[in-house]
Amino acid sequence: MNAVLYQVFPKVTGLFLLVAAAGVATAESMPERVEFNRHIRPILSNNCFFCHGPDSKTQEADLRLDQRIHAVAEHDGAAAIVPGNPDASALIQRILSEDPNSQMPPPESNRSLTAHEKALLQAWVAQGAEYQAHWAYIPPEYSPPTSIDSDWVVNPIDAYVLDNLTRQGLTPAEPADRVTLIRRLSFDLIGLPPTPAEVADFLNDTRDNAYERLVDRLLASPHFGERLAIYWLDLVRYADTVGYHGDQVRGAAPYRDYVIAAFNDNMPFDQFTREQLAGDLLESPTQEQRIATAYNRLNMVTREGGAQDKDYLIRYAADRTRTTASVWLGSSLGCAQCHDHKFDPFTLKDFYRFSAFFADINEKGVQNEGGNEGPFPPYLRFPTEEQAQQLAAIEADKARVNTQLAALAEGTPAPSGEGESSPPDPDELKKELRKLTQAQFRLDQNTFHVVVTETMEPQVTRVLPRGNWMDESGEIVGPAVPEFLGGLWMNGDRPTRLDLAAWITDPKNPLTARTFVNRLWKLYFGTGISKVLDDLGSQGEWPTHPELLDHLALEFMESGWDIKHVVKHLVMSNTYRQSSMASPTLKERDPYNRLLARQSRFRLEAELVRDNALRVSGLLSTAMGGPSAKPYQPAGYYRELNFPTREYEPDTGENLYRRGVYTHWQRTFLHPSLIAFDAPTREECTAERPISNSPLQALVLLNDPSFVEAARVFAQRLLEEGGTTDDERIDFAYREALSRAPLTSERKIMQSLVDSNRAHFADAPEDATAFVNVGDSPVPESFDTVQLAAWSAVTRALFNTHEMIYRY
Amino acid sequence: MDPINKYLLQQTRRQFLGNSARGIGSMALASLLGTGQANAAAPDTWKGITNPTHGLPKAKRVIYLYMAGGPSHLETFDYKPELARLDGKPMPTSFTQGEQLAQLQGQALTCMGSQFEFGRHGQSGQEIASVLPHTASIADDICIIRSMRTDQINHDPAHTLMNTGTAISGRPSMGSWLLYGLGSECENLPGFVVLTSKGGRNPQPLASRQWHSGFLPSKFQGVPFQSIGDPVHYVSRPPGIDSAQQRKLVDAVQALNGIHNETVEEAEIATRISQYEMAFRMQTSVPDLVDISDEPKHILDMYGTEGADGSFAFNCLLARRMAERGTRFIQLYHRGWDHHNDLKSFMETCSRHVDQATAALVTDLKQRGMLEDTLIVWGGEFGRTPMIQGNKGGPGRDHHVNGFSIWMAGGGIKPGMTYGATDDLGYNAVENVVTVHDFHATMLHQLGIDHKKLTFRFQGRDFRLTDVHGNVVKDILV
Repeated sequence: MNAVLYQVFPKVTGLFLLVAAAGVATAESMPERVEFNRHIRPILSNNCFFCHGPDSKTQEADLRLDQRIHAVAEHDGAAAIVPGNPDASALIQRILSEDPNSQMPPPESNRSLTAHEKALLQAWVAQGAEYQAHWAYIPPEYSPPTSIDSDWVVNPIDAYVLDNLTRQGLTPAEPADRVTLIRRLSFDLIGLPPTPAEVADFLNDTRDNAYERLVDRLLASPHFGERLAIYWLDLVRYADTVGYHGDQVRGAAPYRDYVIAAFNDNMPFDQFTREQLAGDLLESPTQEQRIATAYNRLNMVTREGGAQDKDYLIRYAADRTRTTASVWLGSSLGCAQCHDHKFDPFTLKDFYRFSAFFADINEKGVQNEGGNEGPFPPYLRFPTEEQAQQLAAIEADKARVNTQLAALAEGTPAPSGEGESSPPDPDELKKELRKLTQAQFRLDQNTFHVVVTETMEPQVTRVLPRGNWMDESGEIVGPAVPEFLGGLWMNGDRPTRLDLAAWITDPKNPLTARTFVNRLWKLYFGTGISKVLDDLGSQGEWPTHPELLDHLALEFMESGWDIKHVVKHLVMSNTYRQSSMASPTLKERDPYNRLLARQSRFRLEAELVRDNALRVSGLLSTAMGGPSAKPYQPAGYYRELNFPTREYEPDTGENLYRRGVYTHWQRTFLHPSLIAFDAPTREECTAERPISNSPLQALVLLNDPSFVEAARVFAQRLLEEGGTTDDERIDFAYREALSRAPLTSERKIMQSLVDSNRAHFADAPEDATAFVNVGDSPVPESFDTVQLAAWSAVTRALFNTHEMIYRY
Repeated sequence: MDPINKYLLQQTRRQFLGNSARGIGSMALASLLGTGQANAAAPDTWKGITNPTHGLPKAKRVIYLYMAGGPSHLETFDYKPELARLDGKPMPTSFTQGEQLAQLQGQALTCMGSQFEFGRHGQSGQEIASVLPHTASIADDICIIRSMRTDQINHDPAHTLMNTGTAISGRPSMGSWLLYGLGSECENLPGFVVLTSKGGRNPQPLASRQWHSGFLPSKFQGVPFQSIGDPVHYVSRPPGIDSAQQRKLVDAVQALNGIHNETVEEAEIATRISQYEMAFRMQTSVPDLVDISDEPKHILDMYGTEGADGSFAFNCLLARRMAERGTRFIQLYHRGWDHHNDLKSFMETCSRHVDQATAALVTDLKQRGMLEDTLIVWGGEFGRTPMIQGNKGGPGRDHHVNGFSIWMAGGGIKPGMTYGATDDLGYNAVENVVTVHDFHATMLHQLGIDHKKLTFRFQGRDFRLTDVHGNVVKDILV
């Protein structure tokens, strides 16, 4: 191991402690003390830094406002900022000016300041124009609230939240009822609804620690890893296909299984980081650690004819650089690919030095071996017994041909085969070798396999002016971390990906832990403490609860990067356990629930919408891992694919009912029901999926055979297990699907629905037969198809309700 | 009385009585009580972030005829006698030194003159190659831009740049930007529709990225219409379920959601109710749209289609029908234009597929008075080299980014005009260069949008279709 020295602490002077007072100031109130980070930086970053910020190429009038030393310096006898004297400050004069020639920001910039923003700037200059280092670039510190004494506080999270609420004159909501709580917790932690028995157990558990026992049970469930993996796979842009042009398959699924297992085994996050970025560089890496390095190879790659190797190698390096910075640092380093960052102190050189960490990854820019069906080496194979035999046979043949070729080259040819005496034809041998190689490629592509990182002599990395790969005038750089975040010095050796991983997870790194806990918070509370999940930088959001975010980041690191520990910490809080109901006043006061005087509500993620229906119906397969699953998909959906052309073959049997995390992820044509519910194509890092509400979602739930079949199979259960009367069956359906009994009004609607459907299908039994035969799952002969079709209307109605796809 | 209707009626009365705090959207209920009447007004239709528009819109909608693969400008709209003179001679190295090429990288470079004759057409006398006779007949309606430039030389990133303004994945496509900016005028159909057809050389693979909404909400994404199976995914009812049964089911769902809302008071429920109405209407309006039995024979003949055959001609007819119904952005892909070899015969094939229908679409819109507020675009993701590519069969041309042609028509674009020029060999655009960003800026401008003001904040940055570039090409505007 190289000796490594870290200096992670940022090189900033005039470091100001974060002021403990938290809270969301109402839009127009003028604070007593104006703070740079909270009030001023967002205004400057949004309106001024584009021309007067860190980018050395665009510092108009040689003025930069992101650093105090420059902002207060005199230019031609005037300074932008004269601390304590707004009237003498050019900045204030210019923002107040009504003359379009001197007004700032200039009218043509399409940027403008509100009266409140102008007033803030004036007050800030009057108060001395103190700067603060950007909050996310200084290490987190504990600053627990004092004088919080309440029974409501069960852990520190509640203290921070309550402190803020109190200051805002608000109080927390009532605790959620137990049914809501177990549904919420089940969806959040394992992505599946509770069974009626689990609900009953929880309701009947009178022990003091009943809730904690529930939390522990769910954290220990193997479904926990599946659920959290969905989020991680979005971040690292995991998919089954390459994304560019022909969008061919390349092995990735073992990596997905690695992620699930890591979360289930509660692998410490620093180890998880190290194995993905640099598992191949560990001493005697295990197979799992090598699989983890697929992370470095998940970027889009191409086989397009006419694409130039170097062009694409540079695209891949850039992709890894911006992705790694987004995944671990919550930073938009990608913005510095063509120029210095406009808002944060990342330089063009920082970008290329960061990318140089990945310059040792053995890969081709344009993978052209094996034609359109060839693999993307290097990779690890996991053949079945039969495939292993085929592979051994091919390898034996290749060895034989190679021996013959070598012999020919040495002039000592052996006979070409048994009973033959003439020496073999070298051209024929080469042809045979090509055929064997092609056969091996084909076999490999059909074998469960995963692309991995293998190291090689590092490629030269240059700074590319304007990001242009053909420009070779830029400086040659070696691997380094962004300069303003400190340094990473080696004893003369080239730093490696392993060193990068160590720097990322060094406790002094101010970004990594904050980035991750902020995202966990979003998963369980709906919105990040700092809302912009992929940018904690200058253009990100001042956290609603900065001290809480710091507390969580420290808790995470001090627990040994223990993910389950932090998740438990979050969901054990009373903040988490609040009801999501809000009074009209509270909704008006805090429409986006940033103050946390209640829980948030949101729609289930795309994969979970289907998992939920399958689980309730009883169809869901709980098999874990393995090759990606192919549920029903509209015929002809892949007709726009080429090189090669493709037809989608849905799976059969149990594989049709696997959880969504295992669904085949075709980047250019993701399954249409996943797209409809906002799943990303995973071509780029996605830290936050949009949540939309569209007619296409209604069409999926109404007509997608996956949901139609699930509703019918649910109706079979209802007829078999749900009692004998209509009332009993409606009760059963509600308990299974929504964990509650129907209201009288709901029961009436369901009764009406089943009555009218019974009448209809009794008159049209052939329609009933056609309907119940949707899907592969057979209808046992014991069922009356008219009854089954009629009750399927009830189950379909339930699957289409808002309540079914919402987490409260 | 049936409890579903009874419930809905009660809810509606409450709305009328002003007791609506807990009720659901009265419009949705009114439409519900109409039990499936497709003419009920839809609530919560997105009316656009740019409302009112920044400038006076000249066009209300766009029909984009996208020739995927990169049609040769030298065989369509860019007449180069000097290139013909140099046919078979080496390409002067002054043009190609240090340039990125695609499949010709590292090969001997030889000039190839146009494979087709050019003539002057219409009163405007525009130069158009003989392979596009029908397009020649609308010469006075179109504005040819001969000075396009892109900076992506491989198909996949070039398509992505042309559609989203950058080669990096994950940004919204132009149709999504338009829907976000302007909303849709259509309550029964998606506002952004994509139709594809193939034929010609080995078809271009297309990624759904080309019509994806990127970081914009997914309701702004393009909806692909298929020529086989359901025109829109999942628009058909399950087997054995007729329209009345489906209506009954949707009514029940709406009523259940309304009741649920009384308990949870969730604003999203009203939206979901209106989306179910839209979904239900689509189950009627989509089949209506693709049912062309009401089109007279002379119209079918004009386009050159006999019916739903998935052809480009049929898709052109559908595009007109969508335009009439208020769809904002209609994109038709023809995937056969990557002519590395046998350029002449593939051009003829592609022309057979698209030329007549394209002219028919322009003419048909014009005769209906719709050309003036419909912007039509015809073009691909790049052009083709003046140099021959001969390593894959008969003579072809490689990808080319430094100069190529597109045309625009209608929607306030000057008709009968040729704009910009490439050099004598058709290699570099040299006069009035139009970049992809300029083209986008111009398109948005015609729809009343200032491309610098249509922004969306993502990862802390205000993104635009035109990134930090783009100038409106004022010279081609009426």
